[in-house]
Amino acid sequence: MFYREAGDFKTSYTEDNQTFPIKFDRYRYYAVLVFAFAVVPFVINDYWVNAVFLPFLIYAIAAIGLNILVGYCGQVSLGTGGFMAVGAYAVYKLMTSFPDVSMFIHVILAGVITAVVGVLFGLPSLRIKGFYLAVATLAAQFFLVWLFNRVPWFYNYSASGQISAPERTVLGVPITGAETAPWAAYLFCLVFVTVCAIIARNLTRGMAGRKWMAIRDMDIAAEIIGVNPLKAKLTAFAVSSFFVGISGALFFSVYLGAVEVGEVFGINKSFLVLFMVIIGGLGSIFGSFAGAAFLVLLPVLLKNTLVGGLGWPTDLAAHLEFIIVGALIIIFLIAEPHGLAQLWRVTKEKLRLWPFPH
Amino acid sequence: MPEQLIWGMEVFLNGLMAGVLYALVALGFVLIFKASGIFNYAQGVMALFAALTLVGIMEGQVPFSHLINAIFGTEVHHFGWHVPALLAILLTMVVMVAMAWVVNQLIFRHLVNQEPIILFMATIGLAYFLEGFGDMMWGSDIKKLDVGLPQGLNPFIDEVTYNIFGYGFFIDNLDVVATVVAALLVIVLVIFAQYSKQGRAMRAVADDHQAALSVGISLNFIWVMVWSLAGFVALVAGIMWGTKSGVQFSLSLIALKALPVLMLGGFTSIPGAIVGGLIIGVGEKVFEFAIGAPYLGGATEIWFAYVLALIFLVFRPQGLFGEKIIERV
Repeated sequence: MFYREAGDFKTSYTEDNQTFPIKFDRYRYYAVLVFAFAVVPFVINDYWVNAVFLPFLIYAIAAIGLNILVGYCGQVSLGTGGFMAVGAYAVYKLMTSFPDVSMFIHVILAGVITAVVGVLFGLPSLRIKGFYLAVATLAAQFFLVWLFNRVPWFYNYSASGQISAPERTVLGVPITGAETAPWAAYLFCLVFVTVCAIIARNLTRGMAGRKWMAIRDMDIAAEIIGVNPLKAKLTAFAVSSFFVGISGALFFSVYLGAVEVGEVFGINKSFLVLFMVIIGGLGSIFGSFAGAAFLVLLPVLLKNTLVGGLGWPTDLAAHLEFIIVGALIIIFLIAEPHGLAQLWRVTKEKLRLWPFPH
Repeated sequence: MPEQLIWGMEVFLNGLMAGVLYALVALGFVLIFKASGIFNYAQGVMALFAALTLVGIMEGQVPFSHLINAIFGTEVHHFGWHVPALLAILLTMVVMVAMAWVVNQLIFRHLVNQEPIILFMATIGLAYFLEGFGDMMWGSDIKKLDVGLPQGLNPFIDEVTYNIFGYGFFIDNLDVVATVVAALLVIVLVIFAQYSKQGRAMRAVADDHQAALSVGISLNFIWVMVWSLAGFVALVAGIMWGTKSGVQFSLSLIALKALPVLMLGGFTSIPGAIVGGLIIGVGEKVFEFAIGAPYLGGATEIWFAYVLALIFLVFRPQGLFGEKIIERV
C-alpha cells in the first residue's frame, strides 16, 4: 500500500538518479537518520553505548569495507584484522604526534594510510585468484600483527607493548580517553558510519562499482569489454582498506581505549567481519549493517539469557555461542546464500503488492 | 666444522620433522579438495575434535558433563574407567566416521552445485561449530594426551651425530615417529587411491562428478568416505600434535599453518602437500635461526610461511605441483 513506485513521478534526472528512488524508502531513510542523530543520543546510557551501539557502528564500517572487496569485487580477504590494526596504530601514532589536530582528521588520515597498505597487499591479487588469494591475504594478517608487536616504534616504546588512547577532543568535547561521555562517542562514530555508508552506496552504483562487479562476475570477460583489472582491483582494495582502517581507528581510540594487538586484531576478527558480510548479504550495503547488528547482538543476548538468566558459567555460554554462530552460518548458506539482505529484498517485493497481491 | 653450521644443520633437521607434521594436516585438505572441490577449512578443528574425543574416551569422561551439571545441578565428571589407547583410537575413528556422515547429510548434500567460495564459507561455519561442540562436549581445559608414543631425546641420533661432528643433535623421538607414520600414511593413501576399487571411484569423482554418476558411482558414498578419510588423517595429526603440545585450542590453528603448505604445493597434489610441508617446515626454522631471531626480533615463524607462499605464488599461481589453471570465458 505504501511501498510502491506507482504515482511517484520524477521530473528531473537528479530525482531519477537519487539514492532511494522509492518515496517510502526515502522517508524511512530520513526517519532512521533523524532517530539516530536526534533521539538516540539523549536516551542512551553507558551500558548501551559500550555493549551495543559502538561495536555495531564500528563493525558496520568494517563490514561495508569488506563487502566492497568481497561482495562487490569478488576478492576474498582474510586480512581484515590486520588492516584494522593498521588503522588503529596509524591513529595512535597521529594522535600522539600531533595532539592539537582534530580527531576527525586523524581518523581519516588513518584510513588513508590503511588504504595505501591495502593496495600494497592487494598487488598480488592481479596474479593470484580465488582461494589462493584468500590464503595470501592471511600473509597480511599475520605479518602486520607481528610487525606491530615487535617494532617498538609503533607503540611508542611503552613497557607493556600496548597502545592506549590519550584524551582528545572534537569542538571541545572529549572523544577519547576516560572522560568521554557516551553520547559523544556515539555521535562521533555515527557521523563516520553515515558518511561511509553514503560514499559506499554511491560508489557501488556508479562506474567504479559496476567495474568491480564486472570483475567479480568474470574477470577475463570484464577485461575483454574494457575494464582495467589493475585499476578495478586496486581501487577496490584501496576503498575497502580505507573503510576498514577507519573502523580499526575508531575501534581502538573510541571504543576500547587500550589495545593489545594480537588479542584484539587477531585472525578471529577477520573471520568475524567476514561472517557479518556473509550473514548480512554479499554485495549489499544494507546487508553489512544487518550482519553487523546480528553478530553484535547475538552474543549480548546469549550472555544475558544464559549467564544472567539461567546462571550458566560464562565459558559454557561462550561455547554455545560458537556452536550457534557456526550453525547459523551453515543454515544461512543453505537456506539463503544471499543473507539477510535478500530476506529484506523479498519482503520489499511482497510489500509492493501488499495488501492486494492479486 | 664451524659451530654455526652444525647448529644450522640441527635446525634444518628439526624443520624437516616439523614440516612432516604440517604435511600431515595438509594431506587431509588435499584429499577432500580433490574429491569434492571443497576447501575444508575445518580440517584443523577436526584434528582438535579428534584429539579431544580420544582423550575423553581414554579418560572415561562424561560427554557434555559441564552442560549437564549446569542444567541439572549435578556433579558428574567421569565414568571412572580407563579405556586402553588402541580401543580408544578405534572408538574415536567410529566417531569421526559418524561425523563425516552427519556432515555430508546435513550440510554438503544441500550445497551441491554452489560456488566453491560458498562451500569454503560453510566449512568455516563447520569449524566454528565443531570447536564449540568439542569444547562443550569435553571441556576446554588443556589436556595431556599419552597413547604410549615415545618422547624425548632420541639417543641414537644423538650418539651418531656426536661421533661425526662432536656435537649431539637434539631430535625428539616423537618427531621421528611422526615422520615414519606420515610416510606410511602417504604410501597407504597413494596405494588406496591408485589400486583399490573405492580409490579409483574417488579419483573418478574428483575428475568429473557427472561422468562418475553416469557410470554408477554413488557420490554420497564417496563423499562420506572421503570425509572419513580426512577424519582419519585428522585423528593421526591430532594424536601427533596433541602428544607434542597438549590437546588445546591452539591445535586447531595448525590448519592455518597448513594453508601456505597447500598453496606452495598446489591444492590438488598429494606429493605437493608433502614437499610443500617440508619446504615450509625447513624454511621457517632456518629463517628464524639465521635472520629472524638475530635481526628481526624473533617469532617470525608466525608469518614466514605465508609470505613465502605469497611471493612464490606471484611467480607460479598454481603452486609447485598443481594442475595448470586454464581459464575460459
